[in-house]
Amino acid sequence: MNVTDAQPDSAPDFENWSCPLPLRSHDRVVIGHGGGGKLSAELIEHLFLPAFGRVEGAEMHDAATLTLTGSAGGRLAFSTDSYVVRPLFFPGGCIGDLAVNGTINDVAMSGAVPIALSAGFIVEEGLELATLGTVAERMGDAARAAGVPIVTGDTKVVDAGLADGLYVNTAGVGVIPEGVDIRPSRATPGDVVIVSGPIGLHGVAVMSQREGLEFGTEIRSDSAALHGLVAAMLAACADVHVLRDPTRGGLAASLCEIAASACVGVEYDEASLPVPAEVAAACSFLGLDPMHIANEGKLVAFVAAADVDDVMAAMLSHEHGREARVVGRVVDGHPGVVVARTRLGATRVVDLPLGEQLPRIC
Amino acid sequence: MKYLDEFNDPELAGRLFDEIARVTTRRWAIMEVCGGQTHSIIRNGIDQLLPDRIELIHGPGCPVCVTPLGVIDKALEIASRPDVIFCSFGDMLRVPGSGRDLFQVKSLGGDVRIVYSPLDAVQLAEQHPDRQVVFFAIGFETTAPANAMAVHLAAQRGLTNFSVLVSHVLVPPAISAIASSPVSRVDGFLAAGHVCSVMGTWQYGPLVEQYGLPIVVTGFEPLDVLDGIRRVVVQLEAGEARLENAYARVVSDAGNEPAQRMIDDVFEVCDRQWRGIGMIPASGWRLSSRYAAFDAELRFGVDGIDTPESSVCRAGEVLQGLIKPNECEAFGTTCTPRNPLGATMVSSEGACAAYYQYRRLDTVPVSIGVG
Repeated sequence: MNVTDAQPDSAPDFENWSCPLPLRSHDRVVIGHGGGGKLSAELIEHLFLPAFGRVEGAEMHDAATLTLTGSAGGRLAFSTDSYVVRPLFFPGGCIGDLAVNGTINDVAMSGAVPIALSAGFIVEEGLELATLGTVAERMGDAARAAGVPIVTGDTKVVDAGLADGLYVNTAGVGVIPEGVDIRPSRATPGDVVIVSGPIGLHGVAVMSQREGLEFGTEIRSDSAALHGLVAAMLAACADVHVLRDPTRGGLAASLCEIAASACVGVEYDEASLPVPAEVAAACSFLGLDPMHIANEGKLVAFVAAADVDDVMAAMLSHEHGREARVVGRVVDGHPGVVVARTRLGATRVVDLPLGEQLPRIC
Repeated sequence: MKYLDEFNDPELAGRLFDEIARVTTRRWAIMEVCGGQTHSIIRNGIDQLLPDRIELIHGPGCPVCVTPLGVIDKALEIASRPDVIFCSFGDMLRVPGSGRDLFQVKSLGGDVRIVYSPLDAVQLAEQHPDRQVVFFAIGFETTAPANAMAVHLAAQRGLTNFSVLVSHVLVPPAISAIASSPVSRVDGFLAAGHVCSVMGTWQYGPLVEQYGLPIVVTGFEPLDVLDGIRRVVVQLEAGEARLENAYARVVSDAGNEPAQRMIDDVFEVCDRQWRGIGMIPASGWRLSSRYAAFDAELRFGVDGIDTPESSVCRAGEVLQGLIKPNECEAFGTTCTPRNPLGATMVSSEGACAAYYQYRRLDTVPVSIGVG
């Protein structure tokens, strides 16, 4: 082998360098449609919403807000989520506590106090009952710890080979306190963006367990119910503008969706991001961006600058907000677009991921 | 882990920016050869902070982007077979072939799996003796040793259900092709550090002599990239052209000799089509005839597939540095990562995708929302 001697006999055809025509659309569901990025958003926008019909005044949020009429009055937050995580058990949690905490969080991101959950199981024929039992116990433990009972449920069994062992769906309902109005379109120029703690832990924990990757130390999922943290924040300041739990698609997807909903610019400083060293190392190794990695026990909050100190104080004294940090701000410029300030002082646009996160080749 | 912080240090970076600005008196165009470097430059905004007189040209060093359409079509054909487990690095799954990609093959029931190492594919072959396991062996010199090792191990273990679809490409012939092009504006090169960690630096001295252009072997963290640029500029300003190694903590002159021996054993040099570029003679590796039994093209009879590329986008001009991605009419409008017109928009290492991901605001009226 001596490639330096292998000079081209003739120069390549620079005049006609070209690229092939691409794929413009999908006529079947691909895995990225479930990734929480652009493909998921397109599915909702172009397939589900036209079929279901839009509800007037409704916003795309983690939970729907239902206004009760009649003498009772009041507002409910209502949300559902399905859990298809593989493996079923991972460092820091399992599909069961994830399903409880995740739906509690979706409800809590409206500022609601969660009051009840449903649990639906799609079980693969052949799953060991002990496994199902352990998952159920973990769900019960998580629900009791959160003080939110599981009050109704359903079980279906499918043929072997069809459900990765077990899929879980949970739905949750909560009561939105009087005077609380939390939704993405309330993000306003001047608002400050707070993240409740270290990002990227859940996604990296599951990925390293699934793929058998080791990064020196064990990375544990951050799965946790955040309604207590939200209540503490609202006690300090009822006028929190936006809350979101950055699950699939990571913090980047949450910020992009909020910027688009409110038609405001969002800026954050990379140097302020709470990225644990082991997450940074894993992401660097795999060519992934911590901003795109799923979290299951973190929230991002948008609050008026005048309220930041109160909200931060409440967060820092809560077990799930002890490492909260201000990471960015809402600006007048570039409406609908999220911009990162790099450590070196340059700027770059931050986009919704397309679909699944793909490890880069080199 | 330490390296991530130390080689991102804003203060040290500031000093390098100042030093580059201080020594620059003329306009210089520097090509970073490797897609990983392009990604780092755009992600960190290094190009925004350099003096205006320093222009970075993003080279054809993204292995995903340059894998030819015909090879992708072969992969799609093989992956569609019911008896096959098709294993690939992750970012190859979204690269469009003729009318479909590996994700779509997967959605139609193809057993397509992302692996992190070709050795995982060998292990899969051992675990599934009743299935054919095929690994998509693409990339520059960086990925070649592990790919060669996979074939070597499969042979040693007598696996008859393992094969590789090989489309390796080589950096030095690409540098030659660019440097000898009559339209090239490149004044100096940042060579790809990880390629050199395998191959050493010895291949690049003859290129420096032949073309009279500085080549600096460069790493990937911001300080690495800046030090590479600084060294190229210092040489250019002094009227010199030398080979320098700015990545000595990883790269030795001789490179990784056991890895090179493994490559020599398994692969042989061949002419190679580069997607969007065309044929560059002696610019690739294929399986040597000794290992023909592990050649997926022969095993599955796809060696006849030869898909011509249609010319629509301007990726070729981007790869030569004749235009920036955002100077293409299609950029950000009809051509996005969602609907790529060319391979440079597909991989996050591709110049167009890197620009779209991180630099859209410079060029596109701000009306971008979800979807």
